[in-house]
Amino acid sequence: MQPELISARGLCHAYNSVEVLSDLTFSMLRGDYIGLVGPNGSGKSTLVKLILGLEAPSQGSITVFGQAHKDLKAWDKIGYLPQKINFFNPHFPSTVREIVELGLISRRHSRLARAERRAAVDQALELLGIGDLAKRLIGDLSGGQQQRVFIARALVSRPELLILDEPATALDPETRDNFFSLLHDLNHRDSVSVILVTHDIGSIGEFASKLMFLDKRIIFFGSFDEFCLSDTMTKVFGPSSQHIICHKHD
Amino acid sequence: MTADILEFLSYGFIQRALIAGCFVALACSLLGVLLVLRRLSLIGDGLSHVTFGSVAVGLFMNVYPLYVSLPIVMASALGILRLTERARIYGDAAIGIVSSVGIAAGVMLASVAGGLNVDLFSYLFGNVLSISSTEVYASILLSIVVVGAVALYFDELFSITFDEEYARASGIQTARINAVLVLLTAITVVLTMKVVGIMLTSALLILPAATAFQVARGFRNSMLIAAGTSVVSVVSGIVISFAFNLPTGASIVLLNFVIFLAALLLKSLFRPRPARPQ
Repeated sequence: MQPELISARGLCHAYNSVEVLSDLTFSMLRGDYIGLVGPNGSGKSTLVKLILGLEAPSQGSITVFGQAHKDLKAWDKIGYLPQKINFFNPHFPSTVREIVELGLISRRHSRLARAERRAAVDQALELLGIGDLAKRLIGDLSGGQQQRVFIARALVSRPELLILDEPATALDPETRDNFFSLLHDLNHRDSVSVILVTHDIGSIGEFASKLMFLDKRIIFFGSFDEFCLSDTMTKVFGPSSQHIICHKHD
Repeated sequence: MTADILEFLSYGFIQRALIAGCFVALACSLLGVLLVLRRLSLIGDGLSHVTFGSVAVGLFMNVYPLYVSLPIVMASALGILRLTERARIYGDAAIGIVSSVGIAAGVMLASVAGGLNVDLFSYLFGNVLSISSTEVYASILLSIVVVGAVALYFDELFSITFDEEYARASGIQTARINAVLVLLTAITVVLTMKVVGIMLTSALLILPAATAFQVARGFRNSMLIAAGTSVVSVVSGIVISFAFNLPTGASIVLLNFVIFLAALLLKSLFRPRPARPQ
């Protein structure tokens, strides 16, 4: 049995008394690769915020690496790619290297030497195929290149848990395939646990070992095969959609 | 020429002005980069208005204004932060509330005390050439505190400035770092009133940063360029104002603006031109 990475019990959250998440109870085990899907407003991003401690639950509890957020020391074990990268200031005077190095900030206390930081950033940049962009200003890059920089920032600390909110946004098909292949390798080879938030339910089964379908509460949580066999798909998407999505991966 | 320079530098009031001016310029430029990028540029303006009110309180109570201004302006800075966080209003509105209350209190006290007297007027427009030894020591000490704190929390400040949500998700105590930033700004604004005056304080925070952003290639690089232009403008401003008998604060600010225009020109000259359509 793999140890629990995330444990949520009776998790509820409301904005201005409007409930957006209701009674979520689930566990994520080390090595899990969870595809988090659901319609707009289903609470996917809110759940990510609760996992990261960016919001406090209105009811219930959540632990990450066995600790509540106020006691959490293992921030450097979490790699995060926010959804809203397009909202950052495009005139921010930072180089790609400086941005990626931000991913190492929580390792400052582990006294990572300057040369080690530099090597880690170089490695992350090479992994994403953007080594030649290190000295460029972030605002001078295309949307796809910027997304790769932010993915490199999420990976640079060699996290044990990766939380990626819509990572494929702005990536061209080839980069997207390479990125998902990289995630697959990290998950299988290095047991990196992954939570991937996506709208692309059609292709999530290609990557994730588990699927969480959210619509303010957990509609389904299990393997993709179980999902296709359950009546959740029929209820949510109708029989024809179930056929298209599930049989695509046969 | 050399004799003239040596004579100029031999004056005690010039030495004090140059030393205090350089230290304050350094603190202003570093904080300015952070504030402008976080779209909090006008916090300097708002806090300088509070400084006006607090100087009036000091003069009214017959207490040295610096001693009264520091705690009042620091408390106001935290007030702006709390208003933004708790009252669900945007930063510019919170700055507007605190600054207007500050200036209203100043005007009220000045009126009770019999109108704007010479002392209060000198704080409005500043005069670094009349800076006292106590003010020089305070400027050095507090500027070292500001520069030291920026160096100590550099990674955290950079992370919060670029993306506050990501910084929180990295385990950074953003509330604490934000409080540090506004307190440092409050200290710097109080120090700057004697160099360029309350009316022109925000220029020393904004202009060097705005200049740096035209030509800098990186965040650290921006801070270095802002610090360089800020110190150069203060030193040149003091020299020019002495040589041509001009107001020092205004000379410093206008020189800053000239450097900003030069950087803008430099950027437009070296900016890669878009390719012509075939």
